[in-house]
Amino acid sequence: MINVLFFAQVRELLGENALKVEASDSTKTAEDLRAQLAAKNDKWGKVLASDKLLVAVNQTISSWDTPVEDGDEVAFFPPVTGG
Amino acid sequence: MSAFLDRVLVQTQDFSVPDEYARIADDNSDGAVVTFIGKVRDFNDGSAVTDLTLEHYPGMTEAVLNQIAVEARERWPLNKVTIIHRVGTMALGEQIVFIGVTSAHRKAAFAACEFLIDFLKTKAPFWKLEAGDQGKNWVEAKDADEQAAKMWQK
Repeated sequence: MINVLFFAQVRELLGENALKVEASDSTKTAEDLRAQLAAKNDKWGKVLASDKLLVAVNQTISSWDTPVEDGDEVAFFPPVTGG
Repeated sequence: MSAFLDRVLVQTQDFSVPDEYARIADDNSDGAVVTFIGKVRDFNDGSAVTDLTLEHYPGMTEAVLNQIAVEARERWPLNKVTIIHRVGTMALGEQIVFIGVTSAHRKAAFAACEFLIDFLKTKAPFWKLEAGDQGKNWVEAKDADEQAAKMWQK
C-alpha cells in the first residue's frame, strides 16, 4: 500500500486528507499514481490535473517521474506559501 | 556542530523575540545578530484580512527547515541559526515566523537571514488560508517569491 496525503486546497477540494492506495501494476511513478487517483471521478480528475500541483515522495519534493512503491508516503499539494 | 547550533521549531504557540534574541546573542565571538519577524497584516492583494490560518506537512516541514539551515551554513560562516514558524490560526498583528542568525560579521548575517526567509517561502510546506470580508481564501504562491529564491542560485 502507498500512503497518500493531501494538503491545503487539494485536501479541501478533494474532501480527503489521507488514504491508502493499492498500487496498480502500471503504477510505477508519482505521475502514474496521480493518473490512477485522477481516474477516480471527475472531481478528482480536475483537482489532480492542476499544472501547479506538487508531489513529495517520502517527504521530499520530487519530480513526476520519481518511482513510487508499496510503503512509500506520497503527498500532493499546491505551491507553498509560508513565511 | 551545526545541529547543536540550529534551533528549528514548528509550533502553534507564540514566541518571545527578546527570549530568542537572548538565546542567540550570548556569544562574544559574534559581532552581528540579524533577525526577521513575519507578522499577520491586515491586507493582501487589496482585500481586508481578518485572520490567517497556517497549515503544514508535519515531519516534512521540520526536515526542510533543517535542510535550509544546513544550506545557509554552507554559504556563509554562521554561528547560531534559529527558525521558528507557527501553525494554526493567528489574529491580525500576531507573529508568524522568526529567523535569527549570528555571525562574526554583518554581511554574512544579513545575507543568510534573507536567504533563509526566501527559501522558507518557496521550499517549506506551509500554506496560508486567509479569512476576510469575502470569506476564506488560500493564498496563491507569488512568482516574486520564486524569483527571490532563484536569485540565490546564481
